[in-house]
Amino acid sequence: MSIFDILGPVMVGPSSSHTAGAVRMGQIARRLVGGEPVRARILLAGSFASTGAGHGTPRALVAGLMGFMPDDERIPRSFEIAGERGLAYEFGTVQLRDAHPNSALLTVENERGERVEVGASSPGGGRILVFSLDGLPTAFSGEVPTLIVRCEDRPGHVSRVTGVVAAQGINMSKLRVERDERGGTAIMVIECDQRIPYKVKMAISAIEGVRKVTRLNPGEESK
Amino acid sequence: MSDYSSVSQLLALSEAAGLPLWKTVQITDCAEQNMSEADSWAKMADMLAVMKSADAGYDRRQRSLSGLSGGDGGKMEDYLASGRAVSGPLVGRMIAAALKMGECNACMKRIVAAPTAGACGVLPAVLLPCGEVLGLPDEKLIEALYAAAGFGRIIAGKASISGAQSGCQAEIGSASAMASAAVVQLRDGTGRQMANAAALALKSLLGLACDPVGGLVEVPCIKRNVIGAVNALTAAEMALAGIESRIPADEVIEAMGEIGDMMPSSLRETAQGGLAATETGRKWGNGNG
Ligand code: SF4
Repeated sequence: MSIFDILGPVMVGPSSSHTAGAVRMGQIARRLVGGEPVRARILLAGSFASTGAGHGTPRALVAGLMGFMPDDERIPRSFEIAGERGLAYEFGTVQLRDAHPNSALLTVENERGERVEVGASSPGGGRILVFSLDGLPTAFSGEVPTLIVRCEDRPGHVSRVTGVVAAQGINMSKLRVERDERGGTAIMVIECDQRIPYKVKMAISAIEGVRKVTRLNPGEESK
Repeated sequence: MSDYSSVSQLLALSEAAGLPLWKTVQITDCAEQNMSEADSWAKMADMLAVMKSADAGYDRRQRSLSGLSGGDGGKMEDYLASGRAVSGPLVGRMIAAALKMGECNACMKRIVAAPTAGACGVLPAVLLPCGEVLGLPDEKLIEALYAAAGFGRIIAGKASISGAQSGCQAEIGSASAMASAAVVQLRDGTGRQMANAAALALKSLLGLACDPVGGLVEVPCIKRNVIGAVNALTAAEMALAGIESRIPADEVIEAMGEIGDMMPSSLRETAQGGLAATETGRKWGNGNG
């Protein structure tokens, strides 16, 4: 554990779980939809629903959707800034079974009309966990370089995708595949030991049947 | 240099290397994080800079979203300016600084979690006024932050720095122990004096419940930063005077962890017990949270 996990992070208050973590959730939803979010429907669960208003959780989530970092002093004004940027948002509450008490479900649409639904929780210290993606269960935090590949569920896809990663000399530490039988969609989450370069994303995107590729590199969250 | 997970190991490392404790903390972290000493120093200097700018940017008109807090730091400053304060310039300024930082956090300003956002006022409330009153340069304050971080790291590893896990003793208590070591460093005290200071500070806050009204980091959190800061100062003064803690720091930290494990969940940030469950606390918890 680094001493800067003890003295730090620098953040906008009041709560690492309900404010800083909420910013991170918004950021990850932004990365997963890709491009610029124009519409968001955010459902708060558990303690986010009951104490979120006083913690600025909704403002923090919207700030994250715009790519702000958890220490950005514009977070308290995120609603106003979203209005200027043309990001429409609405909030509601939801009951999530088996989820951590600090959770939210974000449905985000970008300027191209693409949509993603992200379920995430904020267990503390500003860390987060994505537990569902487009209705499928998953588990990743974005604390290590992570590739998220959404594709048609076809034989051979996993080996083709991991082949691209391995060919770049990138070590995979974890691979998780979830399939939606009805939709014929699969989601691959690949955690890596090294930063994932842009060309890996491009090469995987070129594979037939791949619908969307997201790469999360720690330290590049605000892009 | 090898790693440490207890106060006795940290003292042994620093004595064996013939280095001050703060330097041992820095070097160990640099080795572990693969960071240069210059980068580490710059990062710590940035923590101090954020603390200072939050303190300077305090706005007494600002209120939290819940309406529970704001303005008390201003009241304290007015009172100090009136010249009627009983406690003298240093302690008076510490009280004001702790309130101001806690209110900054509640009002969505930029702060340094130290070790948590709820306890973010303790360290700056000790360091900034001491630095001013004693006329110390920033370098001394940065060294003190390293010393504080070393003790915080040990507490986080051996017990906890989370109110949800171990109650407020783990947040305000840990911050106070860290700050007391920092004060000893300001006076170039020894590692052993820092260990005694941290032990004395933490002992005085053992058992403190985490019972935030409405589940918000405001009541009692903001004002608990004041006792965390003042308690750190008194513990450090005792340690600098040569007074020792009969129970060594490592054992005090272990006791804190054990007490945390024994605490009912109603006293661990769930807003189900203590102040949160009082008649008035419940009023604020309903609909205002
Ligand atoms: S009462 Fe709980 S939330 Fe408030 S400072 Fe203490 S530990 Fe943190």
